Amino acid sequence: MTQAPSAPRLPVERTNPFDPPSRIGELRETEPISRLAFPDGHVGWLVTSYALIRRILADQRFSSRQELRHFPLEHPMAREPQPPAAPGMFIRMDGEDHSHYRRLLTGQFTVRRMKALEPRVQEFIDGCLDALEAAGPGADLVEHFALPIPSLVICELLGVPYAERGRFQQNSKLLMRLDSGGADVWAAVAAMREFLGELVTAKKAEPTDDILGGLCATGELSDEELVNMGFLLLVAGHETTANMLGLGTFALLTHPEELAKFKADPGLVDGAVEELLRWLSIIQYGATRAALEDVDLDGVRISEGECLVLSVQGANRDPERFADADSLDVSRSAQGHLSFGHGVHQCLGQQLARVEMRLGYSSLFRRFPGLRLAVPPAEVPTRTDMVIYGVHELPVEW
Amino acid sequence: MEVEVDPRRCCASGMCALTAPAVFDQDEAAGTVVLLSARPPSETWDSVWEAADSCPAGAISVKD
Repeated sequence: MTQAPSAPRLPVERTNPFDPPSRIGELRETEPISRLAFPDGHVGWLVTSYALIRRILADQRFSSRQELRHFPLEHPMAREPQPPAAPGMFIRMDGEDHSHYRRLLTGQFTVRRMKALEPRVQEFIDGCLDALEAAGPGADLVEHFALPIPSLVICELLGVPYAERGRFQQNSKLLMRLDSGGADVWAAVAAMREFLGELVTAKKAEPTDDILGGLCATGELSDEELVNMGFLLLVAGHETTANMLGLGTFALLTHPEELAKFKADPGLVDGAVEELLRWLSIIQYGATRAALEDVDLDGVRISEGECLVLSVQGANRDPERFADADSLDVSRSAQGHLSFGHGVHQCLGQQLARVEMRLGYSSLFRRFPGLRLAVPPAEVPTRTDMVIYGVHELPVEW
Repeated sequence: MEVEVDPRRCCASGMCALTAPAVFDQDEAAGTVVLLSARPPSETWDSVWEAADSCPAGAISVKD
């Protein structure tokens, strides 16, 4: 009796802190759309080439709807059927459902608005660098720099009191863990909803001049929608940039030639930020889409209902798109990288993230030109256990 | 070069305003694309091609 060969699971084993699992690159060369087994028994696809991933992300036949998703990794929720996205949780919606919510926010994150925010972001950064220095001669860069900067900024933009960060940072971290227990996940979600629910009630009673206050004042959204939109913006606004600041600094400190180029020419910072986004690809387990109908992709038949995991790492390291793609080069153009995604779901806060990273990396190395790791690179704890990659801690001295 | 934009397709990522600010802006309220120059000067062409290529929603079309 012959047995059908079983599909492999998502490759996750890294051999060093910065490169994707080597299997991702091998698949991109030999089989850029390959079968993928999900923990719930679903068999879908893993896509690893830049051209295919970009095409899929821009193609409305591939859905973001939550109820069509399967998780590619073991996780408390991985074996349970997913309900449709809660009202306001628009990243897991398609079409008009998605754009209805997104449109309420897009005016808040324009290039010009983010530019106008620069002096305020710089104040936050300077305050964090003062605190870092005071904690020295050595300190954890994540605790004093990478995590507080985006947390302070998103709190101010949304209108969330930073003093109450204890109520969202820990819960948010727990939600990003792949090994959290199911009960813990539900408790964290409930605690976040409670926290944001109190804020929404307060802002409805007494309007405030911030994003959440503005959404409350429209009168168009239910409390549930307001809470979920706040939830989304709060988590997306601090987890991602925090990890780019921490991991990006780790990358620069372990690539002295690139760091020397970066320090010698302040004009490199815009491009260096894009290159760090490309090279590090912190959305380490990719984006997921589900086929709404049968689709032919380069001769491969994708059936309706099948899930595709789109490897951002694979795309960003694709030599067909980026020459010498595996090398970090802060002076290259990394234009076109997919770290913020592509298509109508592309990151809403990307211009804010760019401002935080440009000012963050520049200010850090201007203030501490002798910054160095306080432990061997192999001892820096990396976030292979989290949805978003990065470092748990970055011990530095100066 | 002739440039056209479709604000209805636009998802307001801001990539065009970031890449070619002399040619593209964003609507203050909606964040969607505003075309500043339908026949931009040649020194901006490279950035216009890059903006069109970067647009996540395919809202920019360029003709030579």
